[in-house]
Amino acid sequence: MPLLEAQGISKVFGKLTALDGAALTVGENEFHGLIGPNGSGKSTLMKCVAGAEVPTTGKVSFVNTDITAFTPTERARAGMSLKFQITSVLPTLTLYDNILLALQAQCSLFDLVLSRTRRKLHDQVMTMLTQFRLAERAHDAAATLSHGQQQWLEIAMALAGKPRLLLLDEPTGGMSLEERRVTGELLQPIKQHCSLVIVEHDLDFIRDICDRLTVLDQGKVLASGTIAEIQANKSVQEIYLRRA
Amino acid sequence: MGGASEAVARVSERPDVVTHEGAPAASAPARSAAAGWKVLPIVEGLVLITALLLPLVLQDYLTVFATRVVILALFAISFDLVWGYAGIMSFGQALFFGAAGYGVALLARDLGVTSILLILPAGALIGLTAALLLGGFLLLGRYPSSVIFVSLGTLTGSYAADRLARGWYYLGGQNGIPSIPSLSLGSIDISEGPVYYYLALGILVVVYLLCRFLVRSQFGLALAGLRENEQRIAFFGYKAQHLKAIIFAIGGTIAGLAGSLYAFHEGFVWPNMLGVVFSTQVVLYVLFGGSGTLIGAVIGTVIIEGVSFWLSDNYRDVWPIILGVLLLLVIMFRPLGLISFVLGERERVGSFGKAPKETPNAAP
Repeated sequence: MPLLEAQGISKVFGKLTALDGAALTVGENEFHGLIGPNGSGKSTLMKCVAGAEVPTTGKVSFVNTDITAFTPTERARAGMSLKFQITSVLPTLTLYDNILLALQAQCSLFDLVLSRTRRKLHDQVMTMLTQFRLAERAHDAAATLSHGQQQWLEIAMALAGKPRLLLLDEPTGGMSLEERRVTGELLQPIKQHCSLVIVEHDLDFIRDICDRLTVLDQGKVLASGTIAEIQANKSVQEIYLRRA
Repeated sequence: MGGASEAVARVSERPDVVTHEGAPAASAPARSAAAGWKVLPIVEGLVLITALLLPLVLQDYLTVFATRVVILALFAISFDLVWGYAGIMSFGQALFFGAAGYGVALLARDLGVTSILLILPAGALIGLTAALLLGGFLLLGRYPSSVIFVSLGTLTGSYAADRLARGWYYLGGQNGIPSIPSLSLGSIDISEGPVYYYLALGILVVVYLLCRFLVRSQFGLALAGLRENEQRIAFFGYKAQHLKAIIFAIGGTIAGLAGSLYAFHEGFVWPNMLGVVFSTQVVLYVLFGGSGTLIGAVIGTVIIEGVSFWLSDNYRDVWPIILGVLLLLVIMFRPLGLISFVLGERERVGSFGKAPKETPNAAP
């Protein structure tokens, strides 16, 4: 049984059909790339999986549970995490507090009011910051980070709750080549405990870190398979040639 | 989930991580303690000392005025928690203030209850109940309610309560409930003057300290997340609506406490206490002083009430215009309120992290 299974997902916005029976299947510890031309419905499919949008039709299952109607909070508590396309770190808080905020999300109200987990979570906060090469800046406001660093902080926050599935919407958007390379490095170790779905325009990046790909075109799945299978696929080549 | 925590644990056990990060991790909170948290305690201390000494230098009628301001500052804190800290735009905070005022006035009029030991808890309870009812309706739901819905909902609640009180004979209609007897403790009457002033100030200080503890706790960090990006923290797994309802209820409780103190201090309650006028007045106090800082709410109340008092004495006809212009200037040029003249952004937001106990001087 796969970790995530989305089937027959359609999403209609007024007259626009963004998704038309799309599907996505992700196994345990699998890095899955979601690619396709602009407007093919990648981000919408991601949002339907994450709970930011409710699909018009279709079903999303996660760890054998039907989560189609779950709220984002319920999905997070079930072990799913999302990094938004637009960075949404909390700019006035320090990096440390950004991570702590993510880590303490499932603490009880009682613990929060009495700050009973503050010291206990310290090591975890510093570990996350170190892992994402941000420890030096721990007590600076998140607004002072570069764009690339904000993306890393955001990924660190998304991972803080130890999700089983992390959804990354354009993690390398606006990054330099060097930052992209580092992002790939930072993501590799999480494979031991977490699956990943990545929406990304940078095909080299996708090729480097993903195990499997799903290609969307006009709201439908054009192809799904390993990197080699997708690269050999005629119709995929066609849409990317058409775009070029 | 287990696998994930093991992985994190493994990373933290890596010797290079510990040696590389051990030092900055331990000293960073201490560094921020040295760099920040300086201005606020000084301002708080100065305000407290001034407040303690005030009745010694003021004439009696001014002490009565000062008592009213202290009670209104308590009311302002209740709104600051809800709006300044949690980002809930409530235009109906007076509903809880006035409902408690009316409630305790009825207790005094119909049941002869004047004991402070019953009146204050009753006022707080009325505020809490009203806030739970309204907050439950406006804030709780599977999906977050919009800002417009909440602000119009609270505004409507406050307006409706005002109209209800005006039309209800039992509540005294337009005139409200007059001649509320004095508060009492045993056989002692607590009537207006220095005694009432210190009573109100004592309650303000206790509530202030409790709120200060709350907004600096991990719950305060969750509130900061709520205020800055509610959707984001829902994706972390926070029950954002619950957090909002809880802080709204706490705000209602404090407003209720303030309302009951106000009713007994003034000796009467009237429909305005529930209505839009009081609800917007408290918004101005907090905006003026500086939302998201507790002391800002207090300072805003003192200055607006003080300036109004002085202006209305000296410029009888045009004082509301002068006050309005002053408010506009502050809101335009100092959107973070007067407190932002002395208080930096970093210190205003604060930091919530704390290193483990063995770190020396870690506590901020």
